[in-house]
Amino acid sequence: MDAIILQLLNGLDKGSAYALIALGLTLIFGTLGVVNFAHGAIFMIGAFCAVTLSKLFNLSHKSSEPSGTDFLGNPKYEDILYVKDWFGESFGSWMIDWSVPLAVLFAIPIMVGLGFIMERGLIKHFYKRPHADQILVTFGLAIVLQEIIKYFYGANPIPTTAPEAFRGSFDFGVLLGFDPNAIIYPYWRLVYFGFSALIIGAVFAFLQFTTFGMVVRAGMADRETVGLLGININRRFTIMFGIAAAVAGLAGVMYAPINSPNYHMGMDFLVLSFVVVVVGGMGSLPGAVLAGFLLGILESFASMNEVKNVLPGIDQIIIYLVAIIILLTRPRGLMGRRGVMEE
Amino acid sequence: MLGLTAKDTTLLIIVAVLTLFAPFILNPFPTDSAMAQFNAGYPDLMQRFVIFGIFAIGFNILFGLTGYLSFGHAAFLGVGSYSAVWMMKLLTMNVIPAIVLSVIVAGLFSVVIGYISLRRSGIYFSILTLAFAQMSYNLAYSVLTPVTNGETGLQIALDDPRILDGANAPQYPNLFGTEMNDAVTMALGPWAFTFSVGYYVCAIIMMLAFYLSIRIFRSPFGMMLRAVKSNQQRMNYTGLNTRPYTLAAFVISGMYAGLAGGLMASMDPLAGAERMQWTASGEVVLMTILGGAGTLIGPVVGAGFIKYFENIFSKINDSILHQWFSFMPEGIEDLLVFLVHPFIGKGWHLTLGLLFMLVVIFLPGGLVEGGQRLSRMFGRKAKTSDEKTDGKTSPAE
Repeated sequence: MDAIILQLLNGLDKGSAYALIALGLTLIFGTLGVVNFAHGAIFMIGAFCAVTLSKLFNLSHKSSEPSGTDFLGNPKYEDILYVKDWFGESFGSWMIDWSVPLAVLFAIPIMVGLGFIMERGLIKHFYKRPHADQILVTFGLAIVLQEIIKYFYGANPIPTTAPEAFRGSFDFGVLLGFDPNAIIYPYWRLVYFGFSALIIGAVFAFLQFTTFGMVVRAGMADRETVGLLGININRRFTIMFGIAAAVAGLAGVMYAPINSPNYHMGMDFLVLSFVVVVVGGMGSLPGAVLAGFLLGILESFASMNEVKNVLPGIDQIIIYLVAIIILLTRPRGLMGRRGVMEE
Repeated sequence: MLGLTAKDTTLLIIVAVLTLFAPFILNPFPTDSAMAQFNAGYPDLMQRFVIFGIFAIGFNILFGLTGYLSFGHAAFLGVGSYSAVWMMKLLTMNVIPAIVLSVIVAGLFSVVIGYISLRRSGIYFSILTLAFAQMSYNLAYSVLTPVTNGETGLQIALDDPRILDGANAPQYPNLFGTEMNDAVTMALGPWAFTFSVGYYVCAIIMMLAFYLSIRIFRSPFGMMLRAVKSNQQRMNYTGLNTRPYTLAAFVISGMYAGLAGGLMASMDPLAGAERMQWTASGEVVLMTILGGAGTLIGPVVGAGFIKYFENIFSKINDSILHQWFSFMPEGIEDLLVFLVHPFIGKGWHLTLGLLFMLVVIFLPGGLVEGGQRLSRMFGRKAKTSDEKTDGKTSPAE
């Protein structure tokens, strides 16, 4: 029993990352009809926003007065962090500690701006071209983005830490009446799950309860009619692209403490999130979220030793296997709409 | 000649001459000159040119003719490499059985994957092939370690059985006793040209592969594949089942990939799982599109272009740049070096990505189309030759 709960929890945090990336991907597909292979790169850039902010906070200058001498007798100067200079000792160190959550605020304008530039500068010109061309040009863009990041940050993963308060693990077992240490779960993953639930909820609420969201949903259903009603639907879709980029970027920011960001992480997540989108149904938002969590949980169950003993290697391929079966038996995906991307 | 039209024969002869004389053509600079590092005429690189050329020719038969974009072709290349190395471990170091086995195994593998994936088209087909390739890659890394030797990669060892080889048989991949890495170096004044056995084996196989692809392009079968690309629905309405045709194209291109993998293992008896990763599949997509999908020569051009610049661009460093721009005033020289720096050396992929995007945006026909446009711009006087070059890409002949 405790093992099952543990795997369920393990699946949740992976599933939240899949769900968030896939949500953005399917949002772009549902609104603009574009297959965006650069979405993984956006996720990666989000993670590097967290890296950048923590690097910025750690900028320092040498103190003017020597604080002592080193072992050779030369005067020694201490490094003083700028943030501590400007915001005081305690608030400065709080900011450094909380750099990842603060990076969320820092990342939102960057990601929305990046999404805008991408849509207006490049993807706009590809609406009328075949899906293969869209895949190819965004694949090229993904390479360019990841090489730019590599140029500035190098090829090695950069460890980024969560705030001190969330660094430990939480003993779930005690809460549920099991032995202590039976179900241990890092706090930060709980935070990640909560955060992604919040973002997913916010996106759905935005689409469901605002006039803007209503127009966007109408445009997803029938773009032409909405255009005929005198609404500039393209403009709204551009904004949705920005929002989708922000969703993926935020998923990346919060993911940085879980897995040290490197320039390649986007490509690794891209394939998986595409699979998630297809399983959920192209263009279906609830489908993407459902499939994200479902596949995340399936993956973590498949990596249990009991399962692996029966079917060796299943943990490596379960997601792809599920995707292939779904595509062959239910090409529309779990919750796909009729007529989207059908032959 | 050989059942080809005069124009195709010319193309084949040009390709043949270029590949056979590649050791001369790719070595234009004397060995001790400053430009010697731009020589590409060394066996290792030339082998890669032709091997990836074969891979891209095969990919083009699928993507260029039918329009099905596969993102999993590297799996066939990887499977081909593994089976070639196994053949060398178990039977003989002669490359012929190894290459034959790698083609057969890759063919069988692609029958299975193609049969399932071709049930869907468009992006779903891409995702299905991607999923299969990632599955093979993940399995090769983890559970299949007894077969693939996991992360280390499959290698030959001295105590392998090699049933057919006698006691004094060569320990390296060979063709009836002639070792693949044998090479003759010819010094000609300040130049040095290297002729390696391995390269010529690859080159001859590539010419055969190229000839076969011309025949496929010009055959009724090729016409059928083009019809699938232009309008599959109409094909179905006329009562034709397109599945056997697309499956045949998929298997042929899978066998080409297996052939490339087998050759790769024959030149350097080593096979690793990273050859199957989806980014490796992406590379062959890049090559084909960059050169010109759907044209005969495009994929070869693209493969050569990418492999050449991958090796040469990544060797340029700041001091070479300073040398180049040294005729400029000091400040401008430094500025130019600073501006170019991100695009060379380790940053070569950035250049490749940008170039690829530019090609997809502005030149959907790839470098071949670029060449045609240029020749049309400068060669207006001969209108008849104009139409000839056009004929190369147009579906109906």
